[in-house]
Amino acid sequence: MKEKSGIIITGGIIGLFAVLLVYFGNPANMGFCIACFIRDTAGALGFHRAEVVQYIRPEIIGLVIGSFIFASKNKEFSSQGGSSPVTRFVLSIIVMIGALIFLGCPLRMVLRIAGGDFNAIIGLVGFVFGIYVGIFFLNKGFNLKRSYKLTNLEGYLFPAINVGLLALLIMAPAFLFFSESGPGSSAAPVWISLAAGLIVGALAQKSRLCTVGGTRDMILFRDNYLMLGFLSILAVSFVGNLLLQKFNPGFAGQPIAHTDGLWNFLGMTLVGWASVLLGGCPLRQLILAGEGNTDSAISAIGLLVGAAISHNFGLASSAKGATPNGQISVGICILILLAISWANSEFLSKNAQS
Amino acid sequence: MKTIDTCGMSCPQPVLMTKKALNEEKDGIDVIVDNNTAKGNVLRFMKSAGYSVEIEEKDGTFVLKAKK
Repeated sequence: MKEKSGIIITGGIIGLFAVLLVYFGNPANMGFCIACFIRDTAGALGFHRAEVVQYIRPEIIGLVIGSFIFASKNKEFSSQGGSSPVTRFVLSIIVMIGALIFLGCPLRMVLRIAGGDFNAIIGLVGFVFGIYVGIFFLNKGFNLKRSYKLTNLEGYLFPAINVGLLALLIMAPAFLFFSESGPGSSAAPVWISLAAGLIVGALAQKSRLCTVGGTRDMILFRDNYLMLGFLSILAVSFVGNLLLQKFNPGFAGQPIAHTDGLWNFLGMTLVGWASVLLGGCPLRQLILAGEGNTDSAISAIGLLVGAAISHNFGLASSAKGATPNGQISVGICILILLAISWANSEFLSKNAQS
Repeated sequence: MKTIDTCGMSCPQPVLMTKKALNEEKDGIDVIVDNNTAKGNVLRFMKSAGYSVEIEEKDGTFVLKAKK
């Protein structure tokens, strides 16, 4: 029970901070959104030119550095990598494309549900469906092969890049882009966002919280450990929204969301499926990257590139719904996921598990 | 006793490999893990499957010995 109280508290603090970050200025139902915040960071760096979503989000920096500090302190920092990095890069691009068609990562999906956004419940159904598809391939032997120990410097680089991002944010040189309107212009003060990221990064490192792992482990092993964290985020942010009168149930008019059910479903199907293949949700990838896992650092960079692709190619949805290009990209992403899932499973070998 | 090595494998492979091995060797197995996350996950799985578990540490890796 002691073990389980840790993940419940972590989930609770994420839920609480998510509500508070919105109170202090973050966009509605977006106290935390790993996909949106990496997308905003990509915009600030000029990798895409969607003017309303450009800001170096301190939460992302805090999550990585918080995980790095805590893992180092507990001697859990371990520089390693080499487990199919290019495959992970491609899978992460797909996670981001799916998330920006739905308009949120799994963490924001939970926060949207807690804010009364029923569209996110349809997203959740798609997410669970995607996890089931991923598990089908896990049971067919899907894996991305092992990683190996690397030099410490290799593991330090990704946290160091995040320190560099923080320096850029503080110095705000003229070559960066910062939104003057839209979600990118809505933000809690830097130090509050950074502190929230640092604390959640440390707690998530300690508890291994993962929004994809919750459903996956329940289905695969009947293990509710990670699911407790997921439910705890939902419960606390729901109560927080009720107290602050930010709970507005319904489908229409929800903040930074659209009512296109099919594409909400399919967007999150891509996220669930690709995240199971990656071994964790976008939040978990950032935490692992802070611990020295360079495969996860590649995943984080894949998310960044995916965000740039999504906006440059017109794949990301808006409040009006999914775009035609976005709809086509879902089809292409499904084909890529099928190919990656099949090629890394044991369909071809005799000892395939049933 | 059959031994499986999960070093370097990412989530959820260590637990999946343990599950598969325990289906074949119901009396028990040894599982080598190289990080605390996998150690915790495999330990939880072995216990919930009704095994008693001993843990040995050597050179930064752990051997989890599951017995009926």
